[in-house]
Amino acid sequence: MTTIGTATGLTQGTRTKGGIGESTLRPDGTLKVTGEFAYASDLWHEDMLWGHTLRSTVAHADIRSIDIGEALAIPGVHAVLTYADLPTDTRHYGLEIQDTPVLAHGKVRYHGEPVAIIAADHPETARRAAAKILVDYAELPLITDESSATAPDAVLVHDNRQDHHSARVPHPNIVHRQPIVRGDAATAAERADVIVRGEYVFGMQDQAFLGPESGLAIPSDDGGVELHVATQWLHADRRQMAPVLGLPEAKVRMTLSGVGGAFGGREDLSMQIHACLLALHTGRPVKMVYNRFESFFGHVHRHPAKLSYEHGATRDGRLTHVKCRIVLDGGAYASSSPAVVGNAASLGIGPYVVDDVDIEVIALYTNNPPCGAMRGFGAVQACFAYEAQMDRVAAGLGLDPVEFRQLNAMEQGSLMPTGQRVESPAPVAELLRRIKARPLPPERQWEVAGAAADVRALPGGLSNTTHGEDVVRGVGYAVGIKNVGFSEGFDDYSTARVRMEAIAGEPVVTVHTAMAEVGQGGVTVHAQIARTELGVARVTIAPADTRVGSAGSTSASRQTYVTGGAIRHACENVRGQLLELGRRKFGSYHPAWATAELVLEGGRVVTDGGEVLAELVDVLGGETIEAELEWRHRPTEAFDPVTGQGNGHLQYSFAAHRAVVEVDTALGLVKVVELACAQDVGKALNPLSVVGQIQGGTTQGLGIAVMEEIIVDPVTAKVRNPSFTDYLIPTILDTPTIPVDMLELADDRAPYGLRGVGEAPTLSSTPAVLAAIREATGLALNRVPVRPEHLTGTTTSTNAGG
Amino acid sequence: MDFLRPASWEDALAAKAEHPSAVPIAGGTDVMVEINFDHRRPEYLMDLTRIGELGEWEVGESTVRLGASVPYAQIMEHLRAELPALALASHTVASPQIRNRGGVGGNLGTASPAGDAHPALLAAGAEVEADSVRGTRRIPIDAFYTGVKRNALATDELIRAIHIQKADGPQQFSKVGTRNAMVIAVCAFSLALHPRSRTVRTGIGSAAPTPVRATTAEEFLTAALDEGGFWDSGRSIPASIVRQFSELASGACNPIDDVRGTAAYRRHAVGVLARRTLGWTWQSYRGHERSNPCG
Repeated sequence: MTTIGTATGLTQGTRTKGGIGESTLRPDGTLKVTGEFAYASDLWHEDMLWGHTLRSTVAHADIRSIDIGEALAIPGVHAVLTYADLPTDTRHYGLEIQDTPVLAHGKVRYHGEPVAIIAADHPETARRAAAKILVDYAELPLITDESSATAPDAVLVHDNRQDHHSARVPHPNIVHRQPIVRGDAATAAERADVIVRGEYVFGMQDQAFLGPESGLAIPSDDGGVELHVATQWLHADRRQMAPVLGLPEAKVRMTLSGVGGAFGGREDLSMQIHACLLALHTGRPVKMVYNRFESFFGHVHRHPAKLSYEHGATRDGRLTHVKCRIVLDGGAYASSSPAVVGNAASLGIGPYVVDDVDIEVIALYTNNPPCGAMRGFGAVQACFAYEAQMDRVAAGLGLDPVEFRQLNAMEQGSLMPTGQRVESPAPVAELLRRIKARPLPPERQWEVAGAAADVRALPGGLSNTTHGEDVVRGVGYAVGIKNVGFSEGFDDYSTARVRMEAIAGEPVVTVHTAMAEVGQGGVTVHAQIARTELGVARVTIAPADTRVGSAGSTSASRQTYVTGGAIRHACENVRGQLLELGRRKFGSYHPAWATAELVLEGGRVVTDGGEVLAELVDVLGGETIEAELEWRHRPTEAFDPVTGQGNGHLQYSFAAHRAVVEVDTALGLVKVVELACAQDVGKALNPLSVVGQIQGGTTQGLGIAVMEEIIVDPVTAKVRNPSFTDYLIPTILDTPTIPVDMLELADDRAPYGLRGVGEAPTLSSTPAVLAAIREATGLALNRVPVRPEHLTGTTTSTNAGG
Repeated sequence: MDFLRPASWEDALAAKAEHPSAVPIAGGTDVMVEINFDHRRPEYLMDLTRIGELGEWEVGESTVRLGASVPYAQIMEHLRAELPALALASHTVASPQIRNRGGVGGNLGTASPAGDAHPALLAAGAEVEADSVRGTRRIPIDAFYTGVKRNALATDELIRAIHIQKADGPQQFSKVGTRNAMVIAVCAFSLALHPRSRTVRTGIGSAAPTPVRATTAEEFLTAALDEGGFWDSGRSIPASIVRQFSELASGACNPIDDVRGTAAYRRHAVGVLARRTLGWTWQSYRGHERSNPCG
């Protein structure tokens, strides 16, 4: 922070208790742990109806007819709506491309697409009514991969595209294509002493948030609607909802309800429009809550990907060039596929300096489940592949994999493949040094002197599959790069309203934003910022709603940066107003009001020399000081559609992992023993929350490495495992110790020097685990998640690794 | 759906006779999942939780009479010595909450090939006490599983208890899942040495349409141990015998490919588990009951 005081200098916030840099505790933490926190699924309203969604049972079909007669006749059923009942001509929505019908229009494009919605006085009645709706499907050929999507006679998933990418794509079944060409990769390849080519497959991961999609819509007296909902961005929801409902935005009033995790899966609309349509149609409050099964169909997933890489390097360990082609499966609707493409392309070679690159990334339209935002957003898939490549090139050169990475690591001032200069610290080599220098965890921790093996420390855990037989340790390293904030020229801003007033003889600050608290800790950090900037102990965080301007999305690791920045900005304004008021009231009593730098500290106006000039309550009297301000980070640019050049990103975030695994090589079971992370966070506004983010992201990366995958039947395009019985996420026994080494190298352009932290640890965790498993087994392993059959040569799948 | 709440075992049998389609529910850990997912909508649900004796067990001379509803948590805690394989299997059932409610009767009623108790029951040797207004019969465990999720119970019968042979030698249970806790079996294997009769018994889970014994493997090993005088000498078993046993156990599988694993993997893994559990049990037999790994 810059010093604004004199040499004796007290500066704003330096003495604040509960300000930034402290690990203040979450206001909702105890409630969540004790099960008392009210999530969106706990919403209730007297007289409410229950909404239910009928979803398609096939992946691709024309709808010949829908007969709702029998369903509508069931006692207790208040409404059955289909596409034909939509009230306006706006019948599609979408984050980037408005290609998603509110309800299926003559056609379904994926298994589980909403076809009709029902409101009934009991959820069971609604469900039974849905079962009585007769939909006559005429099945169409399936588009499931690149070859079926781009075949000359391929059926088009969307006819007559007229979106802003359609004119440039090579085929209408390609949502978006982004090349990045810099230097001359073909010529550079001639200098290479070692060239490594690899093909990689990344499975479909789900956000697997624990709180399913849920909300409560209440019709308003003025013809509008009020929606309480678990989402990531209230204003973006409203922007998409209002035209479909035929209402001005002012009549769609949104309030954030308790969110049980998001990870990108709540960026797209789920039940929002459906619940509001039913509420407006019936004139009754309508609650919709998905069960776990429906949740797997109710939100987008992480794009599965096929990745091809060619890396070259000279004998002295310098990368000569990288060629890369990534095919993302976007599924039936665009969601945020175009932005995911931009990320995968621009971050596609990792945090390395390479002058000659040739990158192409495409996202497909298929009849598979729609894919969109998930923590890491395109950078995750690429990191898995380029880090595998880095290990193979190092092996080819006979170099240590960490040293090889360090030799090629980017640093402050390096150029990205997009030509953008990395303007803030980029301690890639240092992060790698730190994780490598850490002592390894002890070997054979399952051995207990004089007793039987502790199976909890072994692969298989309590399933008692090995007592140490065939267990081999492996160690692997990886590092990644993630952008922070919305990129490619998006007007990325946030709004904060900050109010200061005296209540019961005490100064009180209220911070009101529309930021979606999805578990990331914004509610903690916002209060810390207000305390730091205004020297007031009591800070109230008002519920997030649309009575204040947009906060932007809780995604892209951006909220602390952007909404945090907006709050600081509004606080500075309030501070200015307060000092102005003080000067008017008390300026004549003490010359320091005019001459000294003044700070707000401990509920008082204080000079930088520490002299108290006034109590804030006396300055305020009965007045309320308030500011609602928008705040923007500096603008970014679009990538050139042909060369991919452009200053597309705001900030980069770096994390590195070392994985230590133990593999039962006979059964193919894996125990991750330790997953150490080093990450530069710029400035930890709340160190405890930062560690939580890093450990959570690391664990999500471990999940895709060894277990998490939505399995889509290649013949029917139907999801085969929509349950937590068969979509496995790590339990605490699967979660290793995760020591965190936090660097704080300030980014001078960011508020407080901070760096968005939420996503970077999700990237390198996966390839580090894979590298460790490769070291333990000697297998090539080109696919995640790794399954036991890949490690034991017993796969019959064509996607087999190893 | 009607909800029947018999207050006594006699009432329960009468109700089951009157409503043969009634689905008994105790812990509810299987039935409720099926109902919640709408996979099953029984006409009658029969709550057995008021019948206290179903949650009790008796340790007899040579068997344990285990009430149908005794939760897995109780088996883990109280019956490790008598039923070591079943105690190990109980430990791998789902989560602590489920283990506090679910019991062996439910596993048998559902008769899923993935039920964790089955391999241990097959290996130990057991009989299912099936009761109806017509009377009581004991169904040998080997004859109990008749098809995928089908069992030998008549429509008017309820499972009252399971009579399980008390261990007369070391037993093991191993289960493969793709995470280290709270996981449904990809496959499972149980092995019991029976020094008194100088036989071995096995049980395989999730690798055939029903839980099965690897009878050829059992017969081979029983004969090999006998012929080599291993029961008396306590010598270590030669690798060739272990390998043959492992291959025969693999051969007893008749698995499918599904989202949890491939058939090839299941066959392979059962072989590995057979090899390892034989090593552990024999080591234990030689060392006169060294403590078992979870134990």
